[in-house]
Amino acid sequence: MTREFWVSVVVLVGLPVAAFIAHITGETYIINLLTRMIVLGLAGIGLNFALGYGGMVSFGHAAFFGLGAYVAGIAAFHAFDDSLIVSMPFELGGTNQMLLIWLIAIFLAAVLAFLIGLISLRTSGVYFIMITLAFAQMLYYFAISWPAYGGEDGLSIYLRNEFPGVQTDKAFSFFLLCFAILLLVLLLCWRFINARFGAALQGARMNALRLSSIGIAPFPVKLTAFVISAMIVALAGALYGELNGFVSPSNLSWHMSGELIIFVILGGVGRLVGPLIGAIVFVLLETYLGGLTDRWQFFLGLILLATVLFANGGIMGLIGGRTRHD
Amino acid sequence: MSTLLIAEQVLNGLQLGVTLFLMAAGLTLVFGVMGLINLAHGSLYMIGAFCCAFVSVETGSFLLGLVAGMAGAAIAGAVLEVVVMQRLYARDHLDQVLATFALILIASEGTRWVFGDVPLFLDVPQAFAGTVELVGGLTYSKYRLLIIFVGLVVALGLYWLIARTRLGMRIRAGESDREMIAALGVNIRLVYTIVFALGAALAGLAGSMVGALSSVQVGMGEPVLILAFVVIVIGGIGSIKGALIGAVLVGLVDTLGRVFLPSFFQLFMNSSDATTIGSSLASMAIYVVMAIVLAVRPQGLFPATGTSSA
Repeated sequence: MTREFWVSVVVLVGLPVAAFIAHITGETYIINLLTRMIVLGLAGIGLNFALGYGGMVSFGHAAFFGLGAYVAGIAAFHAFDDSLIVSMPFELGGTNQMLLIWLIAIFLAAVLAFLIGLISLRTSGVYFIMITLAFAQMLYYFAISWPAYGGEDGLSIYLRNEFPGVQTDKAFSFFLLCFAILLLVLLLCWRFINARFGAALQGARMNALRLSSIGIAPFPVKLTAFVISAMIVALAGALYGELNGFVSPSNLSWHMSGELIIFVILGGVGRLVGPLIGAIVFVLLETYLGGLTDRWQFFLGLILLATVLFANGGIMGLIGGRTRHD
Repeated sequence: MSTLLIAEQVLNGLQLGVTLFLMAAGLTLVFGVMGLINLAHGSLYMIGAFCCAFVSVETGSFLLGLVAGMAGAAIAGAVLEVVVMQRLYARDHLDQVLATFALILIASEGTRWVFGDVPLFLDVPQAFAGTVELVGGLTYSKYRLLIIFVGLVVALGLYWLIARTRLGMRIRAGESDREMIAALGVNIRLVYTIVFALGAALAGLAGSMVGALSSVQVGMGEPVLILAFVVIVIGGIGSIKGALIGAVLVGLVDTLGRVFLPSFFQLFMNSSDATTIGSSLASMAIYVVMAIVLAVRPQGLFPATGTSSA
């Protein structure tokens, strides 16, 4: 067992324990904070799948995050006043069932990521960064200028959507639900990474030419990883909308894409649990630095800059030891 | 739709395009020569605007403000280059994106710290207030015309600098082979700092001039930065010519799209739907153009030659 493994175990056991203690002592605020860490961490894990393992530096994953959030928001909006989303050519109403919402969010994200990936993966390097950014900006401006769902003001989810057998409006129940999803996604990612597919994906990052010379075309492998990554991020986006009871174009903004990258880098690129640690640290900084000074982003910037310049490999690289070869 | 309106909107588009060119020129030079993707370029734009607004108000002279805006941004750029950017040249793009993203946070909050949350207002200089009549009864803002003129002069100046001077020769040489030019005894480090400061000064100039049209506030650089990235990606990263053509293209598509797309949709649907769809599509238009250009020509319209890093 590597040190990285044990660090991951500590984090994954520590989170529910902390939430349980907060639950007993009645600190709902703390539970929501922990849920926020998990949801953002989940989005980071999704991005890491493309960025860390596949080497695809996407600066536009906010598109999928926001898409997920808006699916939750729009479904709840129509379920709330019992109106139709589409009346032509078929009738489609809203829903407040989380499972259905997640399926729709994941499906739409997969379709969107497939289309974006199909075009973007033709490019590489800076061009890839910029074209993914451009696609996210398209969605962002669309959300701002489309008035039906609040435009710039965003959309409130008045009642948290429902999940069979779980009281989702209770903070601790919702935390456990999110945590269960996190574990499930981590397990899936771990299986993917250690399967043939994961080996091919990492091969595509390290040396695409060698990969194709042993008979595996890099493009479909990368595209698949890009789509999977987007699906995870959309699921996180839907949970994020539920958690805040509010979705807005800022979920789609390039600041969001930047924050997702921050989670990955802060925690450690290409480490399974790294982005979760990054998100935990980010939320802690945001909460406690933000409590000390209104100018917390100034210090966040300094910390990030120092991380990039001097601590290559992120927090997991510092405490978990080096494992990556490339 | 009258010819006068079209002409006026074309001029507006040109003015936006020229502003974008001032931003994009710095970005594309820095990328082409140093292989650095600099998200903090928008912060230099903002710093220029703040310096200009501050000095203009204190001295009452817009010209002095303009000089201060360029100088302030250039100094900030040079300091940034020496302290941070030099460590990033050898890193991969991911590190560059994140480090310069961090710089945006620092610059924005830092500026807010110094100047407060309230936007500053910068007046259009007296001599250029009001409108002027052009051919065919078209009246147009003098100040916007000035911006177009300045932008075109800068474009010519840059072309002259890069193609005709010794410094330009060194910049081009640094672009094609860093080791070789260093071995020939040129202080390539210094060339890098000069290129970066030059790009920053252009961003500061753009920020100062646009600051008088809108307000000078924190975060003003970000929308322009993203547009400038679209410009250099369309034009081909590293190419000044590409930046100029890309900038004018983006400026025109954005401006004309916002004006004409809603009326275009009015031809075949009711007026409120047409406005909604038209303005939604207009705000996406330049990104659509960019996606199309990249899908057809992944290296942009005018791929720079000789870049080893791209």
